[in-house]
Amino acid sequence: MNRSVAETRERVEKSLKRRRWAELRFKTYGLCAVLLGLSFVVLLFGSLIAQGWSAFRQAYVVIEVHYDPAVLNPEGTATADDLAVADYAALVRTSLKTRFPDVEGRAATKQLAALVSNSAAQTMQKRLAEDPKRMGQRETLRVLASDKVDQLLKGRIDRTVPEADRAVSDQQLAWIDALVKDGSLSLAFNKGFFTQGDSREPEQAGVWGAVVGTLYTLAMTLALSFPIAVAAAIYLEEFARRNRWTDLIEVNINNLAAVPSIVFGLLGLAVFLNIFGMPRSAPLVGGLVLTLLTLPTIIIASRAALKAVPPSIREAALGMGASKVQMVTHHVLPLAMPGILTGTIIGMARALGETAPLLMIGMVAFIVDVPKGLTDPATVLPVQIFLWADSPERAFIERTSAAILVLLLFLVVMNATAVILRNRFERRW
Amino acid sequence: MFTKRALLSVLVVPAVLGSAAFAQAGRDYISAAGSSTVYPFATTVAEQFGKAGKFKTPKIESVGTGGGFKLFCNGVGAQYTDISTASRAIKASERDSCAKAGVKDIVEVKIGYDGITVANSKKAPLFKLTRKELYLALAKQVPDPDNTQNLIANPYKTWNQINKALPAYKIEVLGPPPTSGTRDAFVELVMQAGCNNFAWIKALKDVDEARFNKVCNSIREDGGYVEAGENDNLIVQKLQSNSNALGIFGYSFLEENISQIQGSTIDGVAPTFENIATSTYPVSRPLYFYVKSAHVGVIPGIQEFVNEFVSDRSMGAEGYLVNKGLVPLSKDELAKVRKTVAVLKK
Repeated sequence: MNRSVAETRERVEKSLKRRRWAELRFKTYGLCAVLLGLSFVVLLFGSLIAQGWSAFRQAYVVIEVHYDPAVLNPEGTATADDLAVADYAALVRTSLKTRFPDVEGRAATKQLAALVSNSAAQTMQKRLAEDPKRMGQRETLRVLASDKVDQLLKGRIDRTVPEADRAVSDQQLAWIDALVKDGSLSLAFNKGFFTQGDSREPEQAGVWGAVVGTLYTLAMTLALSFPIAVAAAIYLEEFARRNRWTDLIEVNINNLAAVPSIVFGLLGLAVFLNIFGMPRSAPLVGGLVLTLLTLPTIIIASRAALKAVPPSIREAALGMGASKVQMVTHHVLPLAMPGILTGTIIGMARALGETAPLLMIGMVAFIVDVPKGLTDPATVLPVQIFLWADSPERAFIERTSAAILVLLLFLVVMNATAVILRNRFERRW
Repeated sequence: MFTKRALLSVLVVPAVLGSAAFAQAGRDYISAAGSSTVYPFATTVAEQFGKAGKFKTPKIESVGTGGGFKLFCNGVGAQYTDISTASRAIKASERDSCAKAGVKDIVEVKIGYDGITVANSKKAPLFKLTRKELYLALAKQVPDPDNTQNLIANPYKTWNQINKALPAYKIEVLGPPPTSGTRDAFVELVMQAGCNNFAWIKALKDVDEARFNKVCNSIREDGGYVEAGENDNLIVQKLQSNSNALGIFGYSFLEENISQIQGSTIDGVAPTFENIATSTYPVSRPLYFYVKSAHVGVIPGIQEFVNEFVSDRSMGAEGYLVNKGLVPLSKDELAKVRKTVAVLKK
């Protein structure tokens, strides 16, 4: 196999073109893959924003109401309790009828009243409870319009279809147009969406209850899973002897990471609820179940991060006379922290997206009141999305997308925090 | 505000965990669980009830009828549900398991009806179906058309093969999976009724009930029936984009989407509010909830919640539940229900 230099050179030059081509092709494949992935992300976000953006605005009606004592307190003897259940809806109807005096008959009045959300009566009740002096007075209130009116203003109800096939009647259309014309009906920022709990009326439904429930659940999960997982990882990596037992534990941890999440829910139901008698639907139990779910992920990531710390660091620390605990806490752990945090965030992100295990422990539920503690009934964002997606009212479609946007925002904030923390701890050598 | 509380709670957790003394006797809200069909109605009442301000808003879980009874029948005590919502009546076996756990006094409250509709896109012609045709279109095995008592694998590919008057569309029906209560009701009210049109199959019921059930309850798996998941909205959306398909779902979804889809007539009756209320429409089922008497007076507000549920402003002919798509009870039935719930405490 003796070739002259010229021959070799010729062969190399020949193959060079082919190899460059191969490289170009390989690069193009990679680029295509990235572009495809990106286009899916753009498609997802695009459709979500297109669908959900309108939920951040909501139709409001300005009406002039009269706290009429003849309706609220006909005998003049009503206590605060009686006033709480008085017929405010009648006052809202009266107010609308003064705006459209030519409306007569039960059916027409009912149609007119349907323009305003039933929360209007509640708004009046709250205002009167705040200040009983309002009794007998008149005031201008801005109240929620009903979901049908809201959808119409947003162009989601087609005006051109025949009346029988439309959720809003011709008569209602005329009233709505009149209200829009004089400026008392308009779209504005939907504050309620961010400050209220769930509701069966789309116009009153908000994500705040689910957001708070998510915060509690995740706080519980983080508070339990982070210390336990890091302790387990340190022990297995730095202290435990390599033998059959540690091998067995390792196999088990790896297996647990792949167990379907519903299994953890069943476990939570059997152990936390039935044996320990913890309350159903509580973020406390949700946090415990999600801790079980995230532990393996965090342990595996933490062990990998600890393994990645060069042995020279350990030897140097021990060589300088540090004890094993000092070596771990002063040197190895801080260096492994970025990796551990990444693993924790991956685990928490998985917990943030779970609904299946929560079904078993009762967190797939309709909860109106915003939870005030770890044992109050609560739900979480993915469950809220699931429940809204299954609601018949069409106005919930945009709210579902909006809730998904809130969930994604939550994820982005979490990941951003992780990146910041990681950069602070990061050290190169 | 809540962050401070959350922080505090996180610190308190180990202590709480250690004590394990969740004095659940202190539950101050009603807990209900059950059917996803009743969920939209139960939650509406719960919200109205909570708004009145005297009691906390009840917690309503959507776990399915069977799952609801499982929780309900676990026992008496604050950690168990007070109310079970159901899209069918309680089974004898469920009553037994309840009784075993000490849940003896259960009050059944019928709240109204839900029609199951077979609908398609308005872009396609309206289907006029009978239950027999639906059975022939959807069963796994059908009687041989030559009138012998043979069963053959469902040979029908298009609707006009079953009845020449039907459109020449491919048979493609989107419906709920077997875990759904809607599917159970559909099988019982449509498939079995369709089955009974064949005298020899009907006769089977007395001789060999297992075989009867197998013949009548099995739905084809060759693509004619597509299991579209529990989410009825998904089926509605798919119907809008595929005008050749039919979909099976609850009446309230038809009502909300009436501008895009139409309900097929079944045995000549259209799925309208009036027809379901008067039981003229053949495919409708009653909805219920069940109350644990032992909890009345222990958990605050149960009697009041039930009163609100059966009141005129919710279940009456023009109540808010009717606006949500519930088909209400007749006057006589409502009066009867009110009588049973007047005093829940035994």
